[in-house]
Amino acid sequence: MSLPFYVSPEQVMTEKADYARKGIGRGRSSVTLECAEGVLLMAENPSSLSKIGEIYDRIAFAGVGKFSEFDQLRKLGVRFADVKGYAYSRDDVRARALANAYSQAMGDVFTRELKPLEVEVIVAEVGDDSLAGHEKNTIYRVQFDGSISDHQGFCVIGGAADELMNFLKDQFRPQLPLREALQLGRSALQRAAEGQPQVGPENLEACVLERSRAGRKFHRLSADVLRELLGS
Amino acid sequence: MNVLGKYQGASFTELLASDYAHLHPEPARFAPGDPRITVPEGTTVLALKYADGVVIAGDRLATEGHRVASRDVQKVYATDQYSVIAIAGAAGPAIEMARLMRIELEHYEKIEGEALELDGKANKLSQMIRANLPAAMQGLVVVPLFAGYDRRRKLGRLWKFDVTGGRYEETDFEATGSGGLYARESIKKAHRGGLTREEALRIAVAALVDAADEDRATGGIDVLRGIFPIVNFCSERGVDRAADAEIEQVYRQILASRPGGVQG
Repeated sequence: MSLPFYVSPEQVMTEKADYARKGIGRGRSSVTLECAEGVLLMAENPSSLSKIGEIYDRIAFAGVGKFSEFDQLRKLGVRFADVKGYAYSRDDVRARALANAYSQAMGDVFTRELKPLEVEVIVAEVGDDSLAGHEKNTIYRVQFDGSISDHQGFCVIGGAADELMNFLKDQFRPQLPLREALQLGRSALQRAAEGQPQVGPENLEACVLERSRAGRKFHRLSADVLRELLGS
Repeated sequence: MNVLGKYQGASFTELLASDYAHLHPEPARFAPGDPRITVPEGTTVLALKYADGVVIAGDRLATEGHRVASRDVQKVYATDQYSVIAIAGAAGPAIEMARLMRIELEHYEKIEGEALELDGKANKLSQMIRANLPAAMQGLVVVPLFAGYDRRRKLGRLWKFDVTGGRYEETDFEATGSGGLYARESIKKAHRGGLTREEALRIAVAALVDAADEDRATGGIDVLRGIFPIVNFCSERGVDRAADAEIEQVYRQILASRPGGVQG
C-alpha cells in the first residue's frame, strides 16, 4: 500500500487560490457604480449569456469568471431571495444577508472541494427613500474564497480589478447622472480591454437598479438606449 | 456543489416542495364539512375582451356565512406586467394562490432570463389549482379566472378553471363566483367585438352592479365609504388599473340610464 503524499495545508490553500485567480484573470471585468438614478452595473460582454442579473426588487447580481459557476450562484441568489420574501416580507430581502450566504457557499467550496470556484461576484442594492433606514445603496464584493467586502460609490471585479479600482478612485464622483456614470464605466472597461476592440453598445451589458421605479427596480439597458446614452 | 441546494429547476412551487417543505402550503387538514369552521369567501369576478386586450374586474366583498368578513378585499391581482388573476372562492387559499402565482412567474423570469408565454402561465395556474384539490374536497374551493395579453399573438386571452385544474379558454368573456351567473347574463347582452376601453369599463361595472343586485354575497359599489370594484385593463402597454373616480363616474351614468333604479 502506498502512502499518500503529505502536502501542507498552507500549500494547498495557496495553490487553490492561485488556480482561482488565474481562472478569474482570464475573463473580463465588471464595474458597478452608484449614480444619481440608482446603481449601474456594467460588463463587457459580446455574448448573449448574461453576466448581470436581477435578484429581487432592489437587488442585482454581477459575476465574472467561469460562466457556469457564477450563473449557478446567481440562481442560488434568486432562490434565496424569493424564498425569504415569501416566508417573511419583500422588504426583508436584503443584500447583506445574500452576500453573507454567497460568502458561506463560496468559502465552503474553497475549503472542502478539490477545485475552488473561479468566480467573483457583486451584490448591489439600491436604497428606497420611502423606507426609513433603507435609504442607502450598498455594494458587496465576494471573492472566490468567500472573503467579503463592502464598497461605497463603486466596485470592480475580474482580472483587472485592482487597476480599475485605482482608476475609478481618481475619476469617480458621487451622484453622477446615468449618462456620465455609463461613460465612466465604459472608459474603465476600455482600459481593461487594452488591445481589444472598442467597448460599445454592441458588446456592453448594462443594467440599472433605478431608485424611482416602483416594485422591481432592475432593468436592462437595450443596445438602442446605450447607443443614445453613449453618443456613438 | 451541494451548497447550492437540491432543486435546480425554475419553478418556485417545486423549489418549496423540494427544499423548503415546511413553507410549502399544504391543503388544509381539518375534517370534511366541519361545522365549527367557516372561512371568508370571495364572490363575483369577471373578464371580457376589448379591442386592445382584456379587462378583468371583481367586487370587494368577502362574506363568512351571512356575515360581512371584509368590505374591501382584493380579488384581482396583477401576476406580472401582462397577466392578471381574479379569484373567487375561499378567500384565504385563493389570495395565497394569487400571491404564489405572482412569485412563480417572477421566479421563472429571473431564473430563465425570459418570461413564460401566456399559455405557460395558464398551464402553471391549472397545476396549482389541481394541487389544491384535497382542500377543495373539504370545501376550500378556489376557482380563479386568468387573463392576460399574449405578446406573441398580439391579443388578449382569458381562461376559466374548475376545481380539478381543468382549464378552458373563453373566446369573449367569462364570470365566476356566486354572482357569476348574473354578471355573465349582463355582459352577454352588451358584449361585441372591438369594444373601446370606455365601453368595456362600462360593461364590466354594469355586470358587477347587476350581480350585486341579485346576489347578496356580491358587494355593490359603496359610494359612501368610497369602496369601488377593482378593474384592470391588460393590453400591449401592460396592466393598468382604472381609477376609482373613473369607476364612480361610470357607475353614476349607469344609474342615470336605469330609471327603475338599480342599487347594487
